[in-house]
Amino acid sequence: MRTSTRRSHRVMALAAVAALTTGLLAGCAEDSDDGSSNSDGGSGGGKTTLTVGTFGVFGYKQAGLYDEYMKQNPDITIKENVTTKTEVYWPKTLTRLQAGSGVDDIQAIEVGNVTEAVQTQADRFVDLGKDVDKSQWLDWKTAQATTKDGKTIGLGTDIGPMAICYRKDLFKKAGLETDRTKLAEQWKGDWSKFVGVGKDYMKKAPSGTKFVDSASSVYNAALGGESERYYDKDGNVIWDKSSGVKKAWDASMEVATSNMSAKLKQFEDPWNKALSNASFATVACPAWMIGYIQEKSGDSGKGNWDVAAAPTASNWGGSFIGVPTAGKHQKEAVKLAKWLTDPKQQAKVFAKQASFPSTPSAYSSLKPLAATTAFFSEAPITQIFSDSAKTIPTQVFGIKDQPIGTAVTDVGILQVEQKGKTPDQGWDAAKNEIKDVLGQ
Amino acid sequence: MTSPKQALAQTATSADAAPGSQPGAARPAHGRGTPPPSGPGSWRSRLYRWDMKASPYAFVTPFFLFFGAFGLIPLLYTAWYSLHNVQLNDLDHQTWVGFDNYQNLLSSDFFWNALKNTFTIGVISTVPQLIMAIGIAHLLNYKLRGSTMWRVVMLTPYATSVAAATLVFVLLYSWDGGMINWLLDFVGIDPVNWRESDWGSQFAVSSIVIWRWTGYNALIYLAAMQAIPADLYESASLDGANRWQQFRHVTIPMLRPTILFTVVVSTIGATQLFGEPLLFGGLGGSKGGSEHQYQTLGLYMYDQGWTIGNLGKASAIAWTMFLLLLIIGAINLLITRRLRKSQ
Repeated sequence: MRTSTRRSHRVMALAAVAALTTGLLAGCAEDSDDGSSNSDGGSGGGKTTLTVGTFGVFGYKQAGLYDEYMKQNPDITIKENVTTKTEVYWPKTLTRLQAGSGVDDIQAIEVGNVTEAVQTQADRFVDLGKDVDKSQWLDWKTAQATTKDGKTIGLGTDIGPMAICYRKDLFKKAGLETDRTKLAEQWKGDWSKFVGVGKDYMKKAPSGTKFVDSASSVYNAALGGESERYYDKDGNVIWDKSSGVKKAWDASMEVATSNMSAKLKQFEDPWNKALSNASFATVACPAWMIGYIQEKSGDSGKGNWDVAAAPTASNWGGSFIGVPTAGKHQKEAVKLAKWLTDPKQQAKVFAKQASFPSTPSAYSSLKPLAATTAFFSEAPITQIFSDSAKTIPTQVFGIKDQPIGTAVTDVGILQVEQKGKTPDQGWDAAKNEIKDVLGQ
Repeated sequence: MTSPKQALAQTATSADAAPGSQPGAARPAHGRGTPPPSGPGSWRSRLYRWDMKASPYAFVTPFFLFFGAFGLIPLLYTAWYSLHNVQLNDLDHQTWVGFDNYQNLLSSDFFWNALKNTFTIGVISTVPQLIMAIGIAHLLNYKLRGSTMWRVVMLTPYATSVAAATLVFVLLYSWDGGMINWLLDFVGIDPVNWRESDWGSQFAVSSIVIWRWTGYNALIYLAAMQAIPADLYESASLDGANRWQQFRHVTIPMLRPTILFTVVVSTIGATQLFGEPLLFGGLGGSKGGSEHQYQTLGLYMYDQGWTIGNLGKASAIAWTMFLLLLIIGAINLLITRRLRKSQ
């Protein structure tokens, strides 16, 4: 009896081992289908589950677009897979695209990565340019997602036209102009004029306040209005000769070497806190930042914030959505992508969270929330952003735009701003860093 | 005169001759502790022997299968990658570059800087941590009220996730409004920009490591201390040794193997330090500060591989770290041997 029970234990253990190993090997052999296999490839009467891979907050779910689409198309179920950070989302998406498995039916692409996608992953995306009316988007937006031979791998979602958000109350205390049109006149055309206003501000600055949040934000905002950035049209890195980089760098250096910067990093906790404590007076704000400022400043900011046109028409951020060829339901996914980026839908997302449409025909019908308008002193937000959007220059992007930009802001500018290095030292540090980025 | 060899041969032949007459019991398992079950049929005993031989391997197989799938194959694949130019956006086209990636590393200031940071952060986190752990273990070794509670409390930082702990520390070390600068202000010291200062940032990162691992090491020391025979202390006190002398001349020598073990484990941990500095850096933390003042090798590897997208070079960093650990292991082996000889 005793030996037989012992043996049965052993047999069970062996069985467990066998089960584990076969499970392991099976796991290696094939990717599981995460539940979407019940659709039989979308044909027949079964339900099709479409997955949408996004990062950050796209606002589709929040604006109720998925629900609306599912109501109109009862055989479709939409599931959103959100990755919070772009830095995590994009490498993951790149590897999945190349492995040809694990991709979502629709994948979002951030503007900083879209050139990399166009130049290296174009054959892994469905050409969306064929059966849409391309003229509904801003020309430069579609151009960013189009390959040299005319294949459009992504449809434009939002863009990030820039304005200056400023605290009227602090400006008043510092003895400056508070009217948004007159202010816009003061710095029109040149970011160094904006820095000039900052110098005036610091002469009589209310105690504990600075003019801007950081030198990097001025750099990003200024660079967003330049057509020449880090690359030339042929894909060569020309960052150290680029006129755009030079202009933006000089403006940011004026900020970094003066006392007008609060020396914060955007979207980090101290920056959030500074918003609610009103410890800086201005921030270059793309449309998508409007909601953020409103949320973090809280009630104390209501009616004290105002919005003025930025020195130059400039863009920061924005995205695309594309349909990977490895997806199982391409036809349905293309249909959904077209619907989601339609001007009508883009206007709905704007109404919910101020993501600015990339389709000009939507501009006339844009209605921000009443609370938002009240928060920003009844500023004509849509007017200001639309004017900016229509005059943004076509910009040239390159494969490593994002890491090069990070090298300039997080190494070069930060060293000058926070470690007291000279602008020349900061420039050299950025140069070394970019060499490392390019593997030279 | 029959030699033992001949005698053995004789028994062997007689045993060989036996099977026909006595199946089953014919081949007793030499040297086994338990006799085979007395049952009919030789298949049973064969099964038994096969079981005895194979089972241990079967039981360790799962580990090696998992290790192979998630450890060895990636390790070898990484070595292969490190000899190629592999870009994250073009994984299918790998071009052979030989040792270029390694050469690139050796001539890169960023690599040497990361190596230096890994070393300095390793030292300022490991040394105080282990010294404090021994002290705490010594205190816990006294008869205390609620000793279990103290031990559990010691282990709680270890049970906290790196991310949660680091985020709290980031708040504490925050430049304006952080608690540590607020306390310094009381003493009349100017606020420190912890994240951007050279030593300040390394100290801050080390403090997170120390906070998390001191209790864990203290418990290991405590277990070793409780295994020290009490009569050693007795005879020491008879010789007139006070508590401090007992600690120095009895406890520490008896703990030597344990101390070595914790040093090795902490060194490996320090070499791989990643989560704390990454999260301490906040958004875009893989740079480890604007001057890379706290960029460890782990961070540099992540930055190269996933932020910049140069997987070939990142793989070369990974293998360099692996080789470093092998060297550290070899040094440790030498020291252990030395110590054993000197005893």
